[in-house]
Order: sequence, then C-alpha cells, then structure tokens
Amino acid sequence: MQSTLFHRAAVGLTSLMISGMTFASDWTERSNLDLRPGVTAVSQEIQDLHTTVLWIVTVIGLLVFGLIVFSMIRHRRAKNPNPATFHEHVLLEVLWTVIPFVILIAMAVPATRVLVKLDDTAESELTVKVTGYRWKWSYEYLTYEDDNDIGVSFFSNLATPPEQYNNPVLAGGLFPYGTAKDRVGQEAPEKDHNYQLEVDNKLVIPSGQKVRFLVTSDDVIHSFWVPDFGGKKDAIPGFVNETWALVPEGKEGTYYGQCAELCGKNHAFMPIAVEVVTQAEFRDWIAEEKEKAASGPDLTPFSGLDQAMEEGEQVYASACALCHGANGEGGIGLPFAGTDFATKSEYLNEHIDVLVNGRAAMPAFKAQLTPRQIAAVVTYERNAFGNDTGDLIQPADVNDHE
Amino acid sequence: MSTAAATHDDHHDHHHAPTGLKRWLFSTNHKDIGTLYLWFSFAMFLVGGFMAMVIRAELLEPGMQFVDPEFFNQMTTVHGLVMVFGAVMPATVGLANWMIPLMIGAPDMALPRMNNWSFWILPFAFGILIFAVLMSAFGAGNPSAPNFGWTFYAPLSTKYGPASTDLFILSVHMMGISSIMGAINVVVTVFNMRAPGMTLMKMPLFVWTWLITAFLLIAVIPVLAGAVTMMLTDRHFGTSFFDAAGGGDPVLFQHVFWFFGHPEVYIMILPSFGIVSAIIPAFARKPLFGYASMVYATASIALLSFVVWAHHMFTVGMPLAGTLFFMYMTMLISVPTGVKVFNWVATMWRGSLTFELPMKWAIAFVILFTCGGLSGLMLAITPVDFQYHDTYFVVAHFHYVLVTGAIFSIFAAAYYWLPKWSGVMPSKLLGELHFWNSLISANLLFFPMHFVGLAGMPRRYADYALQFADYNFWISIGGFWFGLSQVIFLIVAIRCAMKKGEPAPAKPWEGAEGLEWEVPSPAPFHTFDTPPVIK
Ligand code: HEM
Ligand SMILES: [Cu+2]
Repeated sequence: MQSTLFHRAAVGLTSLMISGMTFASDWTERSNLDLRPGVTAVSQEIQDLHTTVLWIVTVIGLLVFGLIVFSMIRHRRAKNPNPATFHEHVLLEVLWTVIPFVILIAMAVPATRVLVKLDDTAESELTVKVTGYRWKWSYEYLTYEDDNDIGVSFFSNLATPPEQYNNPVLAGGLFPYGTAKDRVGQEAPEKDHNYQLEVDNKLVIPSGQKVRFLVTSDDVIHSFWVPDFGGKKDAIPGFVNETWALVPEGKEGTYYGQCAELCGKNHAFMPIAVEVVTQAEFRDWIAEEKEKAASGPDLTPFSGLDQAMEEGEQVYASACALCHGANGEGGIGLPFAGTDFATKSEYLNEHIDVLVNGRAAMPAFKAQLTPRQIAAVVTYERNAFGNDTGDLIQPADVNDHE
Repeated sequence: MSTAAATHDDHHDHHHAPTGLKRWLFSTNHKDIGTLYLWFSFAMFLVGGFMAMVIRAELLEPGMQFVDPEFFNQMTTVHGLVMVFGAVMPATVGLANWMIPLMIGAPDMALPRMNNWSFWILPFAFGILIFAVLMSAFGAGNPSAPNFGWTFYAPLSTKYGPASTDLFILSVHMMGISSIMGAINVVVTVFNMRAPGMTLMKMPLFVWTWLITAFLLIAVIPVLAGAVTMMLTDRHFGTSFFDAAGGGDPVLFQHVFWFFGHPEVYIMILPSFGIVSAIIPAFARKPLFGYASMVYATASIALLSFVVWAHHMFTVGMPLAGTLFFMYMTMLISVPTGVKVFNWVATMWRGSLTFELPMKWAIAFVILFTCGGLSGLMLAITPVDFQYHDTYFVVAHFHYVLVTGAIFSIFAAAYYWLPKWSGVMPSKLLGELHFWNSLISANLLFFPMHFVGLAGMPRRYADYALQFADYNFWISIGGFWFGLSQVIFLIVAIRCAMKKGEPAPAKPWEGAEGLEWEVPSPAPFHTFDTPPVIK
C-alpha cells in the first residue's frame, strides 16, 4: 500500500488539509484533530490506513451530498414544475452495488495485512504482565532476554492530586454526591500539564526491542491502551490477552495512555504512563529494581510520628482517597474521620488486618504496598482528619502481621 | 391506490369511544395506543435528555464540578437505556400502531388487547429504572442506580453490580415482553389484515421495514432476556456463566449481548428507512426509486445484522480468523445501506421538490445518517478500530445514526402525520425554529466528538486530560442548545393536541400517496371497518 498511487494521493491531500495547522507531536498537546501517527511501525501503518479510509469516505460523502444539494437546487419545484416519472434503472442499480463492493475490497486488503502483522507476538525480548485493578495498573516483569527470573513488579497509580479534580460547585440538592464537600465553591488549583495522565510509577521499557504485554485483570474488564503504540487490548479477569510494541531507537520518552473499558467509578482515573529508555538504561534500571526486590522489605522504624504521617499522607492520597474520600469522609469505602474504627485502640489490629488482607470490597494491599507504606498509612488514618490517637505503627508491626 | 370506502361510521364515535382515564387505560384502539406510545416516548426523550444535560454539564470543563464519578456513570448508563428502549423504540412502535392499519386498510391491529398490555407494561418498566435513579440521587448512602453502561458488561454488572442491578434486570425483562408483543402484533396484522388487493409488494415501504423489524425483534429480544437471566442467576443462584473463577467467561456475555445488540441497532433504524421512503417521494412528487431493491436491501441488512455482532468486540482478543470474518461482514453490510441512500437520492433526482417541514427533516436525515454510515465503515476496518474503539469517535458514530438518524426521521414522521393524527397543521413558525435549531446544534454537539475521539479521549469518562478541553466545551454548548430546542417540539405537539392551528384537510401534502390520506383528518376513531378497494 505504501507505494500505491492512491496512498500517495491520500497523504498529499491530507497534508494539504492540515497545512497551516500545526500538528502536535506530544500526546498532551491540546486540541489534536486527527488520529496520532504514534511511534511504532504498527501505529504508523494504522494511521496510514485511517488516512486512506478517511479520504475514501470523504470523497463518497461529498459525492452523495453534492448530488443531493444539486438536486435540491436544480430540481426544486420553481425550476422543475413537472417531475420525471422514472422509478428504476437496472444499470444504475447494478453499478451502485458493484462499485462500492470493489472499493470495499480495496480497503479490505491493506486492513487484512496490518491485522496479520499485529497478531504476531512471537520473538519478543521483554515480557511484561499488565494487570488491571480497580483503579490502577500493575506491571510484572516476567522475562528479559535470557533472564527468566526477574521478580520485579509494582503498581502504578494516578499521580494527579485530588484537589486538582475535586472542585464541586454544589453540595446537596439533586446531586448530593459532591466529593470533598469541604471544597465546595473553592477555587480549583491550577491543573498540571499532565493532568489525569501522570502516574507515580511508570512502566519502563527499552527502545529497539519487541516488548510483549500479557494483559489481564484482577476484577472487572479494563482495556490497556497507549495510543502511540497503536491499538488497545482488553484486560479480562481470568484470561490473558497478548499484545506487543516495538518503539524504535531514538524515540525514547514518555508515552501516555488511559483505561479504555468502563470499569466502574474511577474509570477515568487510572492512566498509563510508559517510559521508553535506551537498552543500556533499561539494563541498569532492571538490575537496580532486582536488587531492591531481593533485599526484602525495608523495616527501618520511623523516626517519629511526623515522619510516618508525612509518608502516610502520600500513600493515602494515591491508594485510599479515591474510595475513602480525600478527607476520610468515606465514599465507596468507610469513613475514618472520627469513627470508632479509626480512633478506638481495640480496632487497631483489625485496622492493620483489613489493609493487609482485604475485606469484602476492600482489596488486600499486601501485594501493592510495602509494610512501611501500610504502617505509614494506618498511622495517618488514625491521626489525620481530626483523629488524634497518637498511635504510631512501625513497618515491623505490619511485617509480622499474618 | 384509492379507496371506495370513506369512513361512513363517524357517527359511531361518540358512543363507541370511552372518555377520560378509562379511554386510555383500557384502550384497545390502535390510534389511541399509538398516541400513548408517542407521548410516552417523547416523555422518555425528555427524561433521557435531562440526564444528557447532567453529563454535558460535568464535561463542560475538566475537573469534577457537579456530580461524583459514580453518579456520572449512572447518568451515562440510564441515559443510554432510556433513549434506546424508552425513546426510540416506543416511538417507532407508536408510529407502527397509528400508521400500519391505516396504510394497509385494516380496521385495527390484529391483537388489540395485547396491544394495550404491551404499552402499559412500559411505564412500569421505566418507572422501576427511574426509581433506582431517584433513590440514588436523593438519598445519600442509598445504593447506586445501574452504573455499568447501557451495554452492562459482566462482571461489572454481575459480581460488581450495585443492588439496583436486580431492578434493572426486572425492568429489561418487562421492556422485552412489551417489545415482543408489539412485534408479534405487527407480524400478525401485516399478514392477516391487509385489505383485498394490498399484496405484499404493494405495501408502503414503512410497513415492509416494520415487518422486517418485527422479525428482528422476535429473534433477538429473547437473547437479551437470556443475557439478563444469566446475570440474575450468576448474581444470586451460584451459576458462573460470566465468571472465569467458576469456569465461565466474561467475553461470553459480550457475545450474547451483541448478538442482540447489533440487530437492535437495526431495529432502531429500519422503521426510519420506511418513514423517509414515504416522505421523500411525497415532496419530490415522484415515485420512490427502486421499491423492490429497497425491500431486498432491507431484508439483506436484517440478515447480515446477525453476522456482524463481534465488530463491537474487536479488542477482546478474538482469533485472527474470527476477527477477519467479522471485519468482512461488517464492511459488506454497508453495501445495502449505501443502496438505500442512492435510491433516496435518485428519488429526488428530477423530481419537483418542495421543502415543507417533513421534507426538511428527511433530507437532513439522509445526509447526516450517511455521515454516521461512513464513520461506521471506518470503524469496520479492524486495525484502525483498535484505535477508535471505546473513544468518542464511536460515540460520534452512533449519535449520528441514532440522533440525526433515527430521531430526526421520527420528527420527520411527526411533522408528516401530525395533521392526520390531530386534524390541525403543526405550527410552521415553531416547526422551522425547531428544525433549524436542532440541525445546527446537533452538529455542534456531535461533529467535534469525532475529533476528540481521534485525539484519544476514551468514552464514559467523567473527567479528561487537558488537551480535550476545548472541544468538550463546544460539545457541551451544542448539547444544551440541542436539549433546549426540543422544548419547541413539546409546544408544537401540545398545540396540536389542543387542536390549535390551521385545520388540516384529509390530504395536506399534495404529493403524498397512500391509504392514510383517504380518511379525514383527524382520522376518525374507527377507520376501514369496510375494507377499501385497492386498485
Ligand atoms: C454502514 C453501516 C454501519 C457500520 C459498518 C457500522 C459499524 C460499527 C462498528 C464497527 C461499531 C463498533 C465500534 C467500536 O465499538 O469500536 C459500531 C458501533 C455502533 N453502531 Fe454502527 N455501524 C453501521 C451503522 C449503524 C446504524 C445504522 C446504527 C443504528 C441506528 C448503528 C449504531 C451503532 C451503535 C449504537 C454503536 C455503539 C454501541 C456501543 O458500543 O455502545 N450503527 N458500528
Ligand atoms: Cu454493530
């Protein structure tokens, strides 16, 4: 298709259409009009196909609409008081069945070729298991080159702070849901450039090597989509889907994406950020991560309540606030502000337990957070939002917890 | 076509027609039931429209300003359900009730008592659904209304569904029963009640498209009922149809749903094809081009609609062979769709066109529906659909075919037949205002959705990244404008119901053809007690 006359014409026309319009090179640029070419060979082929098809339908559309408008002008009663009476024409009817059919075949051929190519996940150098959770992603590095025992995995959460998106203008009345009620009517802080796209831990992959993603889900269906890599793949609980990307060398950088299948309340709040680095950088990074993973959890005690509170506040914002409210007021999850659960000492052990092992709708955080993070956030929940138990939980307390 | 039997039985009206509440509650008259359906669907259109206003208000600017993301999901879900099952479908059933007996010279629908029941189930079905929303909106701490999208994919709707999911299941079952009964009624009426001489190939195209729609309904509504029943047993009786942990498969749900869902989209559009095929010849003063090919095209669309369902599921990870099959079939379905459009254009060609309100809506339909069909063709190209899927590009596509398609054609039908229904001409001034405001605002509302979709904005998002902000602002403005414009039609309809306006002659449109124009306006309570003679 690359060399056909039609394709060249299509590309020429497109550049004509967009000349004078500056094309954004970065996914976060505003007001992008068209499908992005992306960075992989596949995403570019998809874009070419899109351009071709867009031109075909534009031409068909203009032809049909042109005829309609022509007829509206020339065949209006004032001009044409005596209507014709024909109501069939075999040749015409055969032609407008056959010609579209031929155009369709012309589109089906390149589409089939790209599809076959996309389907080929063989010979990848890095395999990453991508798991969708409500509402975050986890990345587990399975194999890299000859290394089959990497053991590196982490979770990736939205990093945009809730103050930037919780800006209720009303509370009560018809829509009693206004989150963060104490922020009602307050001025919204300025939004970051990567608002709703930035994450705490990026997925890191090397350039110039084929990366295979094994996509699955822990709860409902999500969809893993980085537009610049071309296409999305659904993450389905109990099943593993495959997809792949090969970002060419020289295209290192950060690429953003978002969950593309409705997965519940915070569907819009679980972005994907992929950092593409050179192979040398990737080797260093993975070695470092392996070392961290091998050395076991960090059980250094907190120096004091302040340190734990500070770390706990960050963990709370990224892991808990979505369900329990930015101010511990509750939501899908229970409230903490002033509740027995978060203030009475007899619940302390249960509090740790629910975080470690989960309960009902509350997921187990054992795999997602380190003992240090769990200790910090339990400390935080018991000493923030007006609670002040003074409880200081140490990483070792959590690590010992079954 | 002409009829010898003018309605000689006007004088029966007064002692036959009951009055007051009873007239409507116990009605077995196809005209009254048609009227009920039409008012009901318009009410649902306003309810669903209100929910769309909530959605667009939230999306006016980035950030969460009005509702919680949870309530946002309830709005998108119930908006979709109400519009599909409450606005578009009952409107076409209302038109079928009113027009099919008049068009084929029958005194009434074949099964009038069932007709009554199939209507009166609907207010209860939607009452249940809307009750769930009100409960959720007005009581903090109450369970959510259905929040899993109108496509209610498992396990979001099964294991993770809110308590109100069971209300939803009941409500969908009721809607389904209503649809099936309505469909059976159409089939039986068309096959048994045609006036002598009204052969199948003489029937107006509206009757043909509705007959085929009725077969589609009978074929796929039980599949929908199956899907919600499996959900129910998964939720409460320990089965695992859609749960991998118990040996089931969440993707099975999507196959079952779309096996219903794709024919469903044609259920919503085929009657529109019939409407437009009645209106364009009337105002072109020229017979419909390619009547027979229209019938065959409709039938082939209906048949093909059973083998394209997985084009909604290209990203679930189907085998290559399956993906290719569904891609080719989906591309194929655009051929008969194209034939229809070409036929309408050829009907206009060298006609003697005038542009009264019904014609305006019908031409807008042809152009804008074609836009939706063309974006459908783009979506059919699977590798590119991997990018388009679940973005606003899809939202743009189906709003072009459903709003500027199905709903515009329903407005065309309303302006065309209101004189027959009410006996007065709809206000020209208000009608023009309604048309132009709707036309411009609908495009402001839906066209930029193509752009945000291509730029990468996923659908069903309560909040979005900053690069989508400009377009979303204008989309919301278009949305409010379109919503407000519909209030104009409410006034038009109320004025007609109150008989305010110029009295309508039996045949208000000079070029119109068909038996419905042979009875007086408003059509008397009983028509064609003696079958007309078809020449
Ligand atoms: C030329 C004919 C058409 C073709 C080739 C076509 C193709 C498609 C494809 C491939 C999709 C799936 C897109 C995706 O989710 O990635 C789709 C979605 C959809 N189409 Fe069409 N379509 C056509 C006409 C229609 C018509 C006539 C209607 C209804 C009146 C319709 C209503 C819909 C709806 C409602 C959806 C979205 C459903 C959802 O996911 O919520 N389409 N179409
Ligand atoms: Cu479909």
